[in-house]
Amino acid sequence: MGLLVEIKKKLKGFSLDVSFSIDGEYLGILGPSGSGKSMTLKCIAGVETPDEGRIVLNGKVLFDSEKKINLIPQERNIGYLFQNYALFPHMTVEENIGLGLKLPKIEKKRKVKEMIESFRLQGLESKYPNQLSGGQQQRVALARCIVYKPDILMLDEPFSALDSHLKDQLQMEILALLKLYEGEVLVVSHNRDEIYKFCKKLVVLDQGKSILFGETKDIFRQPRLHSAARIVGCKNISRCEIISAYSVRAVDWGLILNTEHPVPDRTKYLGIQAHDFHLLKTSPDAGIARQNNVIKCQIEKIVEGELEYNIYFRNKEFADVNGNSVLLYKVRKELWDNRQNKGDVYLRIPEKSILLLE
Amino acid sequence: MQMSPIIISMKTASAAIAFTFLLGIFVARWVVNIKSEKAKMVLDGILTLPLVLPPTVVGFLLLIIFGVNRPIGKFLLEFLGVKIVFSWPATVIAAVVISFPLMYRSARGAFEQIDPDLVMAAKTLGMSERKIFWRITMPLALPGVAGGGILAFARGLGEFGATAMIAGNIAHETRTLPLAIYTEVAAGNMEAASYYVIIVMSISFLVVALTNYFSLKERKYLK
Repeated sequence: MGLLVEIKKKLKGFSLDVSFSIDGEYLGILGPSGSGKSMTLKCIAGVETPDEGRIVLNGKVLFDSEKKINLIPQERNIGYLFQNYALFPHMTVEENIGLGLKLPKIEKKRKVKEMIESFRLQGLESKYPNQLSGGQQQRVALARCIVYKPDILMLDEPFSALDSHLKDQLQMEILALLKLYEGEVLVVSHNRDEIYKFCKKLVVLDQGKSILFGETKDIFRQPRLHSAARIVGCKNISRCEIISAYSVRAVDWGLILNTEHPVPDRTKYLGIQAHDFHLLKTSPDAGIARQNNVIKCQIEKIVEGELEYNIYFRNKEFADVNGNSVLLYKVRKELWDNRQNKGDVYLRIPEKSILLLE
Repeated sequence: MQMSPIIISMKTASAAIAFTFLLGIFVARWVVNIKSEKAKMVLDGILTLPLVLPPTVVGFLLLIIFGVNRPIGKFLLEFLGVKIVFSWPATVIAAVVISFPLMYRSARGAFEQIDPDLVMAAKTLGMSERKIFWRITMPLALPGVAGGGILAFARGLGEFGATAMIAGNIAHETRTLPLAIYTEVAAGNMEAASYYVIIVMSISFLVVALTNYFSLKERKYLK
């Protein structure tokens, strides 16, 4: 059981080179726009053909360039929820859901009715897609996929088209509805939160290449690669030089930092998440500061968000001003507003929060 | 006024649209699915040519193809006993060739504006290519295809230049309404010509009204 994907395909501007395998867990594919996420799904669904590689779903070979196997989409039994839902505009909700079913009429009717009830679409049976709200359209599209009992369900940016104030509720709804479906689920998104909430396993795509694959939590905690760190949302990344087994120099920030673990030889960058700084209550001695990964901050700009401040700052004791020397610290409003030391701001970077990157 | 031009014209335009309609859809489907952009451009140029060439030039080319001393015309005459030039079938051929680009271009446009995701979705839902064509592609392309058909019919009905070249102006045989109008005016019978003109105008008006009906007709799913 499970899905194995190892494919390559030359495209305009970049080439796709993706490999991963899952076994029953929800898999997320995370990457910026244009990184080949949708193309990967299309190759799995069979509406696009890779140049070489293999796709195996639950033991069934869907594509194998060496053995010259390439099943047509109709034979693959894959549920594909398109980003824009791709509902047939000239058909009612009922017709949309039942269209792909190859069952006797009465059976089909019963099945469609069942789906309409499970997906809370009662009363909308004879409405056309453009008479529905975004959330309703999405439920119809999902029902249309699931009624067909696919071996895998692939969701392409499932929430990008929805209003943000509805998103949380709809995400919960979809999670609950997905419980109706027993099988592999693959979610493509450029949104880190969505992936983190939905998916146990994660593939990170960058310019068509799958650069990381593993447990979602592990990758978010330690992205290992410079490009992956950016994609999972690490805002502060500096070039780095290795000084000793447990210390590095952050070249762009003019800091020497101690690390929790020995520094791997291949380390070229280091990162720190914007939430991971510690605001110090008092001004430390210069010597202690240096030993403890403390930065004296030169505040550049403070942007007020709904719950947090985004504080952009530099290392006050580092003269080299360049585009990369600005760091971002995200802090809860009350913590910042109630800070005792209103003079110079000192931030500490905990050893365990330093991401060493290749 | 004689009835024969009216009957010949209706027969010609009806026979022509039957061919043009199916051929236009078929060729449009074929061109839309061609992968190479270059081949597409060249083909599109050739298929659109009858629309931009003077009809007499098209008629001249048809004469070269179907003339009884030319290979194709000779073959048809000697082996099938069919003489195309200066016979009723020639009026149909002229109307088909001249009206084809209108049908082809409308159908092609209608097919191309269908969201490719819809066809992909249909495929992943296990629908056969044939079912996709009849249940998804055709219904969504229908307004454009129907509009193209009506335009092509009107163009076929009004065909003059190519018809005169390849079918001639034989009374009761190849004299269609446009040719009858020309003939009457040339003979100084303005009154007879005006009856034909009124008939052509009525049919054309009906066609335009039909086109508007199709394009403005409320389609429920667009509300």
